[in-house]
Amino acid sequence: MSTFIARRCAFALVTLWAVLTLVFFIVRVVPGDPAQVILGEQATADAIAAMRTRLGLDRPLGVQYVEFLWGALRGDWGVSLVTGRPVVQEVLAVLPWTIELTLAALVIGAAAGIPLGVWAAVNRNRATDYVIRLASLLGLSFPAFVSGILLLIFFAIQLRWAPVMSTQGGSFSAWLGALALPAINLGLIMAAYITRVTRSAMLEVLGEDYVRTARAKGVPWRAVVWRHALRNALIPIITIVGLYLGVLIGNSVLTEIVFNRPGLGKLIVGALNQRDYTLLQGMMVIYTFVVIIVNLLTDLAYGAADPRVKLK
Amino acid sequence: MTATATLLRAFNTNKTSWAGLIVLLAVVALAALAPWIAPHDPIEQDIFARLEGPSATYPLGTDQFGRCILSRLLHGARYSLFIGIASTLAAMLVGSLIGMLAGWYGGRFDVVVMQAMDVLLAFPALILGLILVAMLGPTLPNIILAIAATSVPAFARIARAPTIAVKEREYVEACRALGYSDARILFLHILPNIFAEILVMSSLWLASAIRTEASLAFIGLGLRPPIPTWGGMIREGFENILDSYWLAMAPGVAILVVVFALNLLGDGLRDAVDPKLKGES
Repeated sequence: MSTFIARRCAFALVTLWAVLTLVFFIVRVVPGDPAQVILGEQATADAIAAMRTRLGLDRPLGVQYVEFLWGALRGDWGVSLVTGRPVVQEVLAVLPWTIELTLAALVIGAAAGIPLGVWAAVNRNRATDYVIRLASLLGLSFPAFVSGILLLIFFAIQLRWAPVMSTQGGSFSAWLGALALPAINLGLIMAAYITRVTRSAMLEVLGEDYVRTARAKGVPWRAVVWRHALRNALIPIITIVGLYLGVLIGNSVLTEIVFNRPGLGKLIVGALNQRDYTLLQGMMVIYTFVVIIVNLLTDLAYGAADPRVKLK
Repeated sequence: MTATATLLRAFNTNKTSWAGLIVLLAVVALAALAPWIAPHDPIEQDIFARLEGPSATYPLGTDQFGRCILSRLLHGARYSLFIGIASTLAAMLVGSLIGMLAGWYGGRFDVVVMQAMDVLLAFPALILGLILVAMLGPTLPNIILAIAATSVPAFARIARAPTIAVKEREYVEACRALGYSDARILFLHILPNIFAEILVMSSLWLASAIRTEASLAFIGLGLRPPIPTWGGMIREGFENILDSYWLAMAPGVAILVVVFALNLLGDGLRDAVDPKLKGES
């Protein structure tokens, strides 16, 4: 087991280095001098040269590269070109919003998706199964901004049940009101994915010998499904949901824009619009860290749960 | 079994694939005929008819510049489909090649390449697309390139597994014994056998490409106005959501219909082609 963990960690480190290198070169290779972009077309050559010095762009590429890697590892991800504050601070300021939204969406997704998936698997190839499969396919066909706008139109504009804009602070009910629609939007799409994953994981598990054994020794069907089968199906469900992290992040960006909610998504779009290259580079580094750590945890969880994985 | 036979069998296993295909073909036909069937020029402005509801002249109403929504929707379908298909084809070519080479040569090359693909796959596609388009500029080739880049790893994965499965088979052994070159075996003997699987997955990734393009345009990184794109129309409609919410609804429903049709098509086919599920349904 320990060699497996060590190998996965070594892999993660190598990948991290590769992606950081890629980020470094992407930001530098693209056409357009950042200094020129920041100062605009009218800037004098002196001003551009001064800005290049301030950004550290006048030093040799090798020096910049080593400093970038060293900084990234120490958690020093540069300073925002627009606000002048460290990238870490900018990110930490909005991170609770994104974590709150993502967790709420995962809870909604699991609470709706797991029972629906189990229900579909148990009723395989019957009407219930078809309806649930079609509904989940429709759910994951929704671009997050389209579903978000539809929710906004019905619940905030037509019914006036929720605010159109998110409000900061205030009472618990105001907080819940602001969180509800974005979380439902993200949660329903997540539920569609979880339903499908749960259904196929359950179908696999329900065909196993131990399910037949449990049935044979007289365990009630209900207990077999929920206790014996679902428990074993949960491991693949969790790993695959881990793989959907990218989809979840993309959808949270769109959700934050539609509901005008602060968060990592709004931060990155703002950085793009304002050409804040250091903030952008820092955020790419942060997303890379998150993706690699989640991948590593997923691998390790799988390895811990399924001894056969270690042999590979 | 040839690719065509596999596909035909797949279609008949799951009838929902037919429904998806019919809806998709209808949308393709509407897009192809847009210049002839659209009631107005998609960028023609009628300043006396701004933000109007549906009428005989403007079946789906007009936007804030007095442009016909229906005409913009029909013309927008051309851009959505073209960008989606071009980027999926590009990703399919590059990704399948990478996956086949990794599967064929195996060893350390395979490990390194696939690890890189896995990280790219896990990286949020929208964020990657966003950054690429923002840095390269929102032109047609750049948008296609950015969206293709986000789905290359998926195709590499799809092509690798069947290549590994097929390369141990007797007929490939026979090819090697005959002294055929690697390229000849890969393209003439392995590719035809894994092509059906790749094609099935491409319909699912086309759905995702169309969604990504719309998302980019919604964020403001689509083709520049006044070119009608569905995502761009939603963006403009969203700005007027409080008084004319139908502006955002029409293109929203259009994207949903196309993506849903493609998912129906691909999902039904995948169930039939996936070797794990074969003979089950």
